Amino acid sequence: MKRSFLVLILLLVLGAAWAGSASAQQPTPSDDQVNAIARQLFCPVCQNTPLDVCPTEACHQWRELIRQMLAEGKSEAYIKQYFVDNYGARVLSEPPQVGFNWLIYIVPPVAFLAGVFLLYRAYRTWPRMQKESAPESGSAPAAKDEYVDRLEEELRKRR
Amino acid sequence: MSQNTQPASASRRRPVPLWAQIIVWVGLLALLALIGVSVARSQHKIIGVGSSVPDFNLTLFDRYGYGDRTAVKLSDLHGKVVLVNFWASWCVPCESEAAFLESAWRSYQRSGKVVFLGVDYVDTPAEALSYLAKFGISYPNGPDLQTRISQIFNRSLGVPETYVIDQKGVLRSVQIGPFQSADQIQAVLDPLLAGK
Repeated sequence: MKRSFLVLILLLVLGAAWAGSASAQQPTPSDDQVNAIARQLFCPVCQNTPLDVCPTEACHQWRELIRQMLAEGKSEAYIKQYFVDNYGARVLSEPPQVGFNWLIYIVPPVAFLAGVFLLYRAYRTWPRMQKESAPESGSAPAAKDEYVDRLEEELRKRR
Repeated sequence: MSQNTQPASASRRRPVPLWAQIIVWVGLLALLALIGVSVARSQHKIIGVGSSVPDFNLTLFDRYGYGDRTAVKLSDLHGKVVLVNFWASWCVPCESEAAFLESAWRSYQRSGKVVFLGVDYVDTPAEALSYLAKFGISYPNGPDLQTRISQIFNRSLGVPETYVIDQKGVLRSVQIGPFQSADQIQAVLDPLLAGK
């Protein structure tokens, strides 16, 4: 009796495990799940068209490939890597952070910060320069010029 | 009076320190150098008719190998005329020339002097294999992984495109668009086999 009870429990556990694994593979991934990955990829054939909105037959095939891979339990990272391996890194909507691609991530923020610094410097400097230039233009005599001196001397002689 | 104000204003306008100037200029030069190098690297040498074709490696689909090989290198085919055909399962014009290519391949296969290589351009493997089965293609075929092979040929016009390479590895003919008959293919290959 005790033995048959144990066998029954074991069968139930195995059955539950089988049902769990079967149900994990069964549901077909929805369009939203497919498009969540597809929008991170670009059509390898068309120029600058995200895969989730691309209307061509080829893009439809690629979206179905994503659906199939999701149904097989493949991860998002795996699927993206598959596309890179087959069609090149250009299919990624965000370039991978390797090699020269780092420029894309580094140069814009550095340029922005440099611009902010220059604006700050200009903002601090301009009012001071205006204050300094105002009295100089009003009161300071014109710079001594040899030509002016000679001109004045000539005028004096003619008087 | 003015003599007093001049040095005062000069002292307020602090010049940018030399070290900062050096950093900015070095940074700009380094950035320009990096951009120059990346642009130079992205520029592919254009190969035209008469140019030597750089070596490439084509991984082949199962059941579409070259003999018992699962991959083939162009350099391994030295001494043979090589026809490289770019196609895709989603390419409708490719379908119109598929039968002509297969027919031409069968006429040259026994001689062993010509090799046809089908290069599947950005495609899904399942669709590609069903395309090959649908048209009864039997010559070696494989995917253009990461579009490395099509970049060698500087392709930009789409598929199908066909390139014929002579026994010395020199590009001798380019066909943009589909062939219209098997005779048209033979008209390209026969002079090369005759040593012309």
